[in-house]
Amino acid sequence: MEYLGQYKAVYKAKSGCEDILAKAQDGGIVTSMFAYALETGIIDGAIVAGPGSEPYKPEPMIATTVEELFAARGTKYSVSPNLALIKEATRSYGLDKIGIVGTPCQIQAVRKAQLYPIGMRDVPDKIALALGIFCMENFPYQGLFQMVEDHCATKIDNVTKMDIGKGKFSVYTERGVNSQIPLKVTHKYEQPGCHVCLDYVANMADISTGSVGTPDGWSTVFVRSAAGEAAFNKAVEAGWIIAESMDGVKPGLELVEKLATEKITKNQKYLEHRLHKEHPALKPLRNPYI
Amino acid sequence: MADKITVGHVHMSGCTGCLVSLADNYEGLLTILDKYADLVYCLTLADVRHIPKMDVALVEGSVCINDECSMEEILETRENAAIVVALGGCACYGNTTRFCRGGQQNQPQHEGFLPIGDLIKVDVYIPGCAPTPQQIRNVCLMAFLLLKGNDEQKALATAYLTPLMSLAAAGTEACGCDLMTEVINQGLCCGCGSCAAACPVRAVTIQYGKPQVERDLCIKCGACYAQCPRSFFSFEVCGQYEAITNLIGEVMKP
Repeated sequence: MEYLGQYKAVYKAKSGCEDILAKAQDGGIVTSMFAYALETGIIDGAIVAGPGSEPYKPEPMIATTVEELFAARGTKYSVSPNLALIKEATRSYGLDKIGIVGTPCQIQAVRKAQLYPIGMRDVPDKIALALGIFCMENFPYQGLFQMVEDHCATKIDNVTKMDIGKGKFSVYTERGVNSQIPLKVTHKYEQPGCHVCLDYVANMADISTGSVGTPDGWSTVFVRSAAGEAAFNKAVEAGWIIAESMDGVKPGLELVEKLATEKITKNQKYLEHRLHKEHPALKPLRNPYI
Repeated sequence: MADKITVGHVHMSGCTGCLVSLADNYEGLLTILDKYADLVYCLTLADVRHIPKMDVALVEGSVCINDECSMEEILETRENAAIVVALGGCACYGNTTRFCRGGQQNQPQHEGFLPIGDLIKVDVYIPGCAPTPQQIRNVCLMAFLLLKGNDEQKALATAYLTPLMSLAAAGTEACGCDLMTEVINQGLCCGCGSCAAACPVRAVTIQYGKPQVERDLCIKCGACYAQCPRSFFSFEVCGQYEAITNLIGEVMKP
C-alpha cells in the first residue's frame, strides 16, 4: 500500500447534511468536515477555493462561517493557490486554528511550511486541519477554458458542474450532461508541474478524500493523522458525516491503488527522463526532490 | 540529556532583525539556552569581545569588504566555528545590502557588501528577511541532535539539514526571478502559492496560477524560492511531519 501513504483508517463516506449533498462534487466530505470543524471550534477559519472573477476560475478565500464555506462547494478543475493565504490567515484574519484544503502538492507545501517555515513566521503551529483531495493532474485556467469551450462546445458561463471520472471529462449544464470528452484529449492541457508529482491521494494530509473507489454520491476517505482521526470521528458521531466500511465496496481500494500506482510510476519515469541520461549532449533539468 | 553545544551570534552588516527573530522565540529561547545551547558569543546579549571557538556560528548580515575589521571577523568566524550558518537574507544572498552604493554616514566609503558565502565556505543557509523564529529554532535543535544525539537523532538531523546545506552549496544570489528561472522555466511550478505567502514585502502575487514578481519591490532575501515545495522537497523529512512536530513540541517544553 506504499502508494496510498500511511493511514489509520479508510471509509466509504458522505455528508450527513442534505443541503451539502445537493451541491457537492461527490460525498461533500470537505465541506462537511470544515463546517463541523467551524461549528465546534476545531478550526476558526478555512482556506478554500472560492469563486473567482471568471466562471470556474477558483480564487482562494478564507471562510470563517458555514455560509462562506458553501460558496466554495464543488470542484473547479483549475489551480487555486490556497497556500498564498496561509500567512494572511494568521495576520489580517487573526486565525489561530486554520483549516486548509489542497491537492497533494499543496499539502506537501503545507508540511514544508510547517517544518521549514522560511518565510512563514508563526504559521507552523496554527495549521489545525489539512484536508487533501485526490489528484491526477490539474489544469491552468486557460487550458480548462479551452477544454470546455472548444472541445466540449459549451459556454463556460452555462456550466453547472464539471467532473472527471471513468476516463472522461464531463461538462454539465442545467439540462444535465452536456458534453463528454475522453481524458486523452485533455492531457495536453495539464499543468507541466503536475508531471513530477509523486503523490495521488495526499499522503501528508490529516484526512484525504476523493471520488475514486466508491459509488456515485459517496467519497473514499483516508484518515491519516491523530488530528484527522479525532476530527473525523467526532464529525461522524455528530452526524455531519456518514461513514461505512470499505469492505466489499466496488470498485474499492483496488482502483485507488491502481490509479495511484499508474500516476506515480509514470511521473517517476518522467523525473528519470528529465535527467537526460540517454543524451550525452543534453544537460539535466533540475530535480526538486532531495 | 547530553551536554550542550556552543553557539555564537556573529554580527556583520545586518540590522539586528535576525537576532530579534531568535529572541522572538521568547521562553523558547530560554529553553534552548537552558537545555541545548550555550551562547558563547553575541555582541548584543553576551559580554564577550573576541570570537571564541564554538560548535555553531550564526552569522547575521553581509560583509563590508571595505572594512578591515569585518574581513578579519568573517575569517575568524570560519576558523573558530565547526558549523557556519548564514542567518538571514543578507548573510545568504546580500539581501537589501546588494542595493548599497555607499554614501551612508558615518562611513560613506563603505559601498561593497558581500554575502558571507562569497568570502568563506558556508555550511547551512537560513534564508528570509527576517528569518523566522521557528526556522532558527529548528536549525538550533537539529544542530544539537547532529552533534549530541544518538544515531537515530543524527540521521534525522542530517536529513533535515541537507536541503539547507544544498542551498548553501548552490550559491549566493537570490531574487524573486528565481521563481521564473528555477521553477517555472524548469517546468516545476504547481501553483500552490507558497512563494506569495513567504514574501516579506508582498512582491509576489499569483496570476492565473503562477507567481508574478513585482521586481522593484523584491529585496532579494531568498524566502520565496526556499519556501517553494519545488525548490527542494524531502519526503524523508516531510513524511514524518507529525513525529517531528511532536518531537519539537516535546523538547521545547521548559
